[in-house]
Formats: sequence, C-alpha cells, structure tokens
Amino acid sequence: MQITKITEEQQIADMLDWALAGRHGLAIRGGGTKEGIGRPVTTEQALDLSGLAGVEMYEPAELVMKAKAGTKISEIKSLLRQSEQRLAFDPPDYGPLFGQEAEEGTLGGIFSANLSGSARIKAGSARDHLLGVEGFTGRGQPFHTGSRVMKNVTGYDLCKLVAGSYGTLAIATSLTFKVLPRPEKTRTVLLYDAPLEKAQPIMNRGLSSVHDIAAAAWLPANIVAKSDIDYIRDPGKSVLALKIEGPGPSAEFRCNVIREMFGSEGALEELHGKNSESFWNFMSNASAFTGSSRPLWKLSLPPANAASVVTAIADKMPEASYFLDWGGGLLWVELPEEGEDGGESHIRGALHGAGHATLIRGSNELRQHIAPFHPQAPAIQKITARIKEGFDPENILNPGRMYPLEEMKANA
Amino acid sequence: MLMPKPNADVLAKRDALVAGLRRIIPDPEGVIDDKDDLRAFECDGLSAYRQLPMIAVLPSTVREISEILKYCKAEGGNVVPRGAGTALSGGALPLADGVLLGLGKFNKILEIDYDNRCVVAQPGVTNLAITDAVKADGFYYAPDPSSQIACTIGGNVAENSGGVHCLKYGLTTHNVLGIEMVTMEGDIIRLGGKHLDAEGYDLLGIMTGSEGLLGVITEVTVRILRSPEFISAQLIGFPSSEQAGDCVGKIIGAGIIPAGMEMMDRYAIHAAEEFCHAGYPLDVEALLIVELDGPEVEIAYYQTQIDEIAKNCGATVSRISSSEEERTTFWAGRKAAFPAVGRISPDYMCMDGTIPRSQLPKVLARMNELSKHYGLRVANVFHAGDGNLHPLILFDANNPGELEKCEAFGADILKLCVEVGGVLTGEHGVGIEKRDLMGEMFTEEDLKQQQRLKCDFDPDGRLNPGKVFPILHRCAELGKMHVHNGELPFPDIPRF
Repeated sequence: MQITKITEEQQIADMLDWALAGRHGLAIRGGGTKEGIGRPVTTEQALDLSGLAGVEMYEPAELVMKAKAGTKISEIKSLLRQSEQRLAFDPPDYGPLFGQEAEEGTLGGIFSANLSGSARIKAGSARDHLLGVEGFTGRGQPFHTGSRVMKNVTGYDLCKLVAGSYGTLAIATSLTFKVLPRPEKTRTVLLYDAPLEKAQPIMNRGLSSVHDIAAAAWLPANIVAKSDIDYIRDPGKSVLALKIEGPGPSAEFRCNVIREMFGSEGALEELHGKNSESFWNFMSNASAFTGSSRPLWKLSLPPANAASVVTAIADKMPEASYFLDWGGGLLWVELPEEGEDGGESHIRGALHGAGHATLIRGSNELRQHIAPFHPQAPAIQKITARIKEGFDPENILNPGRMYPLEEMKANA
Repeated sequence: MLMPKPNADVLAKRDALVAGLRRIIPDPEGVIDDKDDLRAFECDGLSAYRQLPMIAVLPSTVREISEILKYCKAEGGNVVPRGAGTALSGGALPLADGVLLGLGKFNKILEIDYDNRCVVAQPGVTNLAITDAVKADGFYYAPDPSSQIACTIGGNVAENSGGVHCLKYGLTTHNVLGIEMVTMEGDIIRLGGKHLDAEGYDLLGIMTGSEGLLGVITEVTVRILRSPEFISAQLIGFPSSEQAGDCVGKIIGAGIIPAGMEMMDRYAIHAAEEFCHAGYPLDVEALLIVELDGPEVEIAYYQTQIDEIAKNCGATVSRISSSEEERTTFWAGRKAAFPAVGRISPDYMCMDGTIPRSQLPKVLARMNELSKHYGLRVANVFHAGDGNLHPLILFDANNPGELEKCEAFGADILKLCVEVGGVLTGEHGVGIEKRDLMGEMFTEEDLKQQQRLKCDFDPDGRLNPGKVFPILHRCAELGKMHVHNGELPFPDIPRF
C-alpha cells in the first residue's frame, strides 16, 4: 500500500479527484492506532492525515476547541491541562492493544470511531462532545456541518454520522469540540470481592444515588492481577470501583457517604489522585488485554443484563476473560483463541438481541470472514447503504471497512 | 411564507383518500375530514402561520402508522407528523394537500426500568409526565423545555429540545437511548435501546432533531437521573449586560458548570417582575439566575467562589435563595418571561439564535440599533451558559405591515448570530420560520448533503416537505437514484 502524507487540505481534494477519476479506493488513517478495528481495507493508496495537525482555536471560557484531524490526543490533553480542562469522555488509547506505542492516537481517529472511556456513562460519548466538522465527502466536495456553539439544531446534525463511521463517509480535516473543566479532586472507592451477580446491582445502587458517581466498573480476580496499582492487584480478589470527582470538600464528603453505603458489602479501600487516574486509564484503554493478539470483543448492553450475558458467554467459552465498565453496560471479552468464528456466534447470541458486539481485535482472516461490526436489521441496512451511497457514491473512502461492499450495493 | 404548491391531483382525490385511510383506521374518530374539526390542527406554536390540513388521522397502533405511511406514499400524499404542536418554528404546520398524522393517542408510559435507569414511553407522553412518573422514587428526566407541561417526548426527539438545564445535563440527544420509528416506506425500525452508542452509523443521532422529515417516532427510551440532593439559585444583578456576560465567562473559566445560568435584560426583568412579582431588582441592566445542584457542601463551596467573581465583575445585587420556595420564585419570573412580555404587547415573536458567549456585548449593541431601525421593541432572555439567545420582538399584527417588519428584524438578528460565529437556531428548530435563512449558514453543497440524507429515509420527499430546506431538490438530481416508476417527485422543483 502506498501512503501519501497529507499536510494541507488541498492535497486531499487532489487525491479525491484522482480517486474519483480512476475509481481507486483510499484508506484513511491518522495515527494508525485503530487500523485493526473493522474489516481490513485493501486499497493501493492510503492517506495519512497525521501531518495535518495543530490546534486552530481554543477558548477555555467558552469550553470549546478546534483542531486539525491529525492532532495527537496527547497533545490536546496537555494543552487542556494548562487551563485545568479536559476531554470529559475519557478518549481511550487502543494503540497498545495492537502492540503499538501509547499516545499515538489522533483527534480525527477518536471521533471517527466514536470511542469513549469509562466516563461515558456520566459525561457522554465522544459524539456528544463533537460540535462541528470540516472535511470532504467521498464526492470530493468540501463540506461542513455543525458549528462551535453547544446548542445548535440548525439542519441535520451530520456530526453524528461522521462520529462512528470510521472514515467511510467523509474525511474530517478539522474538528470542533466541547471541553470541560478538570475536577479539582478525583477519588475512587474500591469494594473487594463482590461476586459477578452482585456487581451490577451494587453499581446501579451507586449510580442511582444522589452522589453523582462519574464511573463504575467491576474486575474479576484474574483481571486485577494485571493492574500495576497495589491496592487493585495485591488482595487478589475481584474489585468493584466507583469514581467520584468534584471540588475537594464535595469529593471527600461523597466518598465517605459511599463508603458508608457499601460498608456492609465487603472490605473497602480508596484510591486518590494519581492512582485513581491511572486506574481509570487502565479501564478505559482495556489495558488488561494488551500484550496479546487474542480476539477481543467489546459489548454494549443494557446494564442489568450484565451478569446473565457474562454467564452465557462463560458457559460456552469457560476460558474467556472479561471485565465490566459503564456500570455494567460495557463488557470486554478476550478469548483464548480465534477458533471457527472468533466466538462471534456465542458472543452475539449471549446478547439475545439487546445491545451490540464489536470485534475490536482479531486476525486479518477473522475480520475478513466474520462481521466485526454488529449485523443490522434489513430495514436499517437499507438506510445505512443509502447513506454510504449519498456521501461516497463510488465507494472510495475506506471501502468495505464497516460492511462488505457487495452487501451495501445490494441494499442501496 | 411560501409553501410548496398543493398537488391538484391529490386534492382531487381527497374523498378516496379519506375512504382509504378509514379502511386502515377502524376507529370512526380516527380520520378527520370535517373543516371545523380540522381547525384544531391548523398551526403549531408559531401561530402567525396557519393552514388547514387536507385530512387529519389519529392512529392508535404502530401497525396503523406503518399502513398509513405506505398508503400515502403509494397515493402520492404528503404527511406531516404532529405531537402536541407546541414547537415554535412551524415544523408541524399542516399542508393543504397533506395528511396530518397526530400522535395524541400514543400517550402511555410503557416501562419504568430502575435497574437500567431508563423509561420507555410512547411518543405522545408529555415531557413532564416522564419526570412525574419517577419523581416519587427520587428520579427525573433532565431536559426541561419551557413547554414541558404540554410538549411530548416524541416531539422533543424530533426537535432535539433543550431547556434551562442543558448546560450541565445536555439536550435531548444526550438523554435519549433508543427509539422505535416508522419510515415513509412503512418499515418499523428500532434504533438503540437500553444500551449505549450505535452499532453502525448513528441513525438515532440523526433522527434526533430531524424535525419530522425522516420518520415517525413511535416509541422513545430515555435515561433518567437521580434528582440532586440540594438545589440552590442565586440572583445577581449588574449595571450592564457586558459585566453580566463577563461574569458568566469567568464562572465557567473557574471550572464551575452550574445546572443553569440564565440572563435577562432590563426590559425582560421589568416585564417579568410586573407579571409575577419575583422580587427582581429593578435598578439593574442585567440579571443572572445561577442555579447549582449537588451536595450542600459543594453548593456552598461554589457559591463563595461565584460571589467573589460576581463582585469583581461589578455586581450590585447578589441574593441566594434561602428556601425551596424562594428558589421557585426566582425562577417564576424567568419561566413566565414569555407570557409577561405577551401581556405588555399585543403580539411578540420569539427568536432563538446561539452565539459564542464572548460576542454578547456586540450582539446586544447591534440588536439595539436594529430595534431603533425597525421601530420595534425587543426584550432579551438568554440561556447565558450556552450562548442561546431568545430575543422577544414586540409587535402588533393588527398594524398593517408590522408582522413583515418583525420578520425582517428577526431575520437580521439571526443573520447577526451567524455572522459572529453562531447558529440560526439553538433549540426551537428550523421549521418554516428559519428555512429561508439556511443559506446564511450552509453552502449549497452542505445543504445538498443534508438533503441526500432526507432521500435516504424518504426517497419521494413525502414526509413534511416544505420544512427546513429552502430549495427542494429531486433525490435523483442529488445523485440519489431512487426514482420510482420513472416519476420524479416535485416535477417543477419549487423554490420558496
């Protein structure tokens, strides 16, 4: 694959003209940290947008920033930190899951994949923070959607389509997004040894309380062993974690009340500052599953189904390794081997139609022959295919990455 | 306001259409064709524009809706969906050759699910009824548009409704988990559910705020939140709007995100105070209501900081609510601002632009100039935290030409919002009201790309045509090849 390094928008327009003229496909990449997600793209040409970088506008008092698509998330985070602000949706870094260096991910990548970390249940998703997009459609036309203000209902919100479409609809060149204040204090209350069946009900009690819990996760004993925080790892028991953020006196007050609430459920501990932050990075990045190439699934499900879905998966595949985030609404599952279908039928079957499962990591062969993105109902497939056709009629952008081309053509 | 020319062929077969719709809806009162009865649907909250629908239908099952849409598509009839009809931009304005599809019978809450912290409701359930259903257990539904007593959750999704608390809790789009909808082709689709995020393209995100042009929403799942432990409001008065605006920026800059932050100008303060005696100071040019929620210790902590910031910004009055009753009184004036202004003027028109907050002084100054130019008064209420302006233009429709003058003034305000980096509408929608201004914000190609999306859901353009887009393009002309029977919709491409 030949890679063209993009440093200015005009080059994209030229490449699109070339691609449209000869019906060539283009793979679109930023830092390449999410290239392993979805069906393999096998075009001859790739556009590397990591050089199209830089912050174009940042107004802390307006809670808004605009930057070029290739800007590294790590750079944006450190800039925000100078004004005591942050990206509230905890953008995860999946690079290490694929054996890559940490902190290579770009702004365009995180929004194109709509990936959010543990804070998603309270702060919302990446797409919820995306206010405006400039870029090109697969028609080779420059386009813009959204704006720089928080409240905007002018016309269709095409930002929602850019987010999560993995570069199959448009090439984003600039993104405008909402930023939020960094809380003064972050603490995490840990409850040891809560069994799977009780995990979601306990997290739900916390999340249903007035204490404004920012994240809630549950890790079984084999997963805590992979943490480098002694409070998590050393007791060797499952850990249920509740995150509390806010100004000092408020965080302290709420931590104490939460400890009182759950004191009867088991032994408790508390993580402060750096430890708390590093623990939630470990969760958001699914770091427990780095260092292998085993198939890795990410399931979004109704939180109350968490225990039954886990049990159904473990019944069929006892070697599966897993943990829960988003108060039970997110389940990560790593399988020991790919087998026939990478566990697809058991994983998706366990959902019983409620929620969806995405293959985050798998071999090229596996991603070629199963559906990495959850299969859609026929009526939705039809609209999906038409949307793709409307943005990218010649199937130039990341062809086949989300759904097979033949399938899309047949449905449109 | 020009609407697409009614289709004479459709009008000519009105009786046959009534009969066809009666076959789908067995309830004798489910199909309305009597002129007097149709009068109830002639406008929405933008009452300056009125039009009787050709026929109104009130289905009671999703199956009926699917059949109605398929039938209308086959017969070439247009359909306008309607919830409570409270929207302020004319999105539910009927069409002379259209079937008005009322969702009033879909008024049941289907499930309250505390384990997943969500409520499943039919689209005709009112916004407030959702909160009422879970209030006793300490929960609420966050988005609170001021019409929440009457507006429906289906309409909220269609308009992506906001409210005074979206600074902290987001718009409808951030609080809706799933919908069931019917496309113009009659397909019944479920998007989302009780889980988070889309599995593919985010069709739920697109449906939210699509103003009834893409599908008919037949069920909504929303997340509910635990009601905060304490809520406290603070009134802060300033000698100028600039100082008030400065204070808003500094509060947020200090890392505080209040639950709500509202601003009123002198005119609005006086009208509201006269109307409901909220105890507002009358010797200030701008008044902020800053609401905080959370644990008592957190509220106290922030209020000390806010006091300090306000003082440094030149505040002359600062009062913290000492009881729930007083807090409600603080809000009473703001929430009654529209009727209060309505009382001092025969008519008013409420505008809805959003601007980058730093542009507020410039926008207010220009608005004053425009007010003088048009000879019409304007009162301002403002969701200051997120930059959403609601200028209320006062006029008298009985004076010939004054409505047109008011419309021109309103259009100038919205153009000004776009000029300073803002948008035409923050929460009321485009509808017909701002339709012809879309070109101020979008290029022709941007608008085409949006209309291609319309074609993806509704290839014949039957659902709510004449709204949102100033020029209707044929789908085929947009490069969408869904031409049926060789017939193109809108043979004369109406431009209005």
